[in-house]
Amino acid sequence: MSTSAIETKVKSIIADQLGVGEDEIKPESSFIEDLGADSLDIVELVMAMEEEFEVEIPDEEAENIKTVGDAINYINTHKK
Amino acid sequence: MSGFKDKVVLVTGGSRGIGRACALAFAKAGASTVVISYAGNEAAAQETVGMLQAAGAKAEALKFDVADTAACSSAVEGIVKTHGRLDVLVNNAGVAVDGLVMRVKDEDWDKQLDTNLKGAFALIRAASRPMMKQRGGAIINISSVVGEMGNGGQVAYSASKAGLIGLTKSVAKELASRNIRVNAVTPGFIGTDMVSHLDDELRQKMLGGIPLGRLGNPEEVAGAVLFLASDAASYITGESLKVNGGMYM
Repeated sequence: MSTSAIETKVKSIIADQLGVGEDEIKPESSFIEDLGADSLDIVELVMAMEEEFEVEIPDEEAENIKTVGDAINYINTHKK
Repeated sequence: MSGFKDKVVLVTGGSRGIGRACALAFAKAGASTVVISYAGNEAAAQETVGMLQAAGAKAEALKFDVADTAACSSAVEGIVKTHGRLDVLVNNAGVAVDGLVMRVKDEDWDKQLDTNLKGAFALIRAASRPMMKQRGGAIINISSVVGEMGNGGQVAYSASKAGLIGLTKSVAKELASRNIRVNAVTPGFIGTDMVSHLDDELRQKMLGGIPLGRLGNPEEVAGAVLFLASDAASYITGESLKVNGGMYM
């Protein structure tokens, strides 16, 4: 999967999960501060990404995923 | 009671006793689909399915052991796939193996904790995702009066039932923001297969401690479960509702 395909897919998962428009989702957007996510949303997002990309995101890594860019980078680095 | 139209309900241990009464109560209240799980009693499970259908619900019996956490996940996934949603989860499946603490075997302890407590946890874990997506749901855990007051000879059973109360409160806090309510019911001495093995002397002694002076029946527990699952209980979460004839207040 190409980097841009990953980015598109991640954004669509976030839009679906958080009920925000894809145009609001920028790499620098913070899930909690900019996109209105709470801790349950973050867990759901992580689980949705794990399923979509068949990666495992350990809790200690998930804690460092704070922005949309963090999520895209994580998938790019760990996707087999 | 109305408000269960189009609702999908799962009752574990639903082939007989309190579980069957709960399943039937939901069917009679208009739930569109009532799924029961059972561990082994195929004949009783099929009989319950027939009763649920006669009450006007779509009904299904799934055979799995709630102590098998993978089976719990698959069951919930299957229900959501087949019926589109899951609105109510009643964790009722339970086992009791009585014995004084000095004589309790590891495997009997494990069996009761795995079925009564871990099974409920596994099903809640699986059900929480679809319920969060739906932005609503109700979970009712069938605990026991012995989880509140203790009971000699039931160390593992009472520990598992007390554990359900803690589980209920913690999950209630976690999921409240998604409009998922989590409550427990703590039945007292109910006339089911599980208490039929008690000898007469013990039975008389227990009746003496019940202000209402009789055993409860499964339908009386089901009434409380139905209430907690209904919109009538929309502001109740993390509660443990006693259905015990006054034996413990």
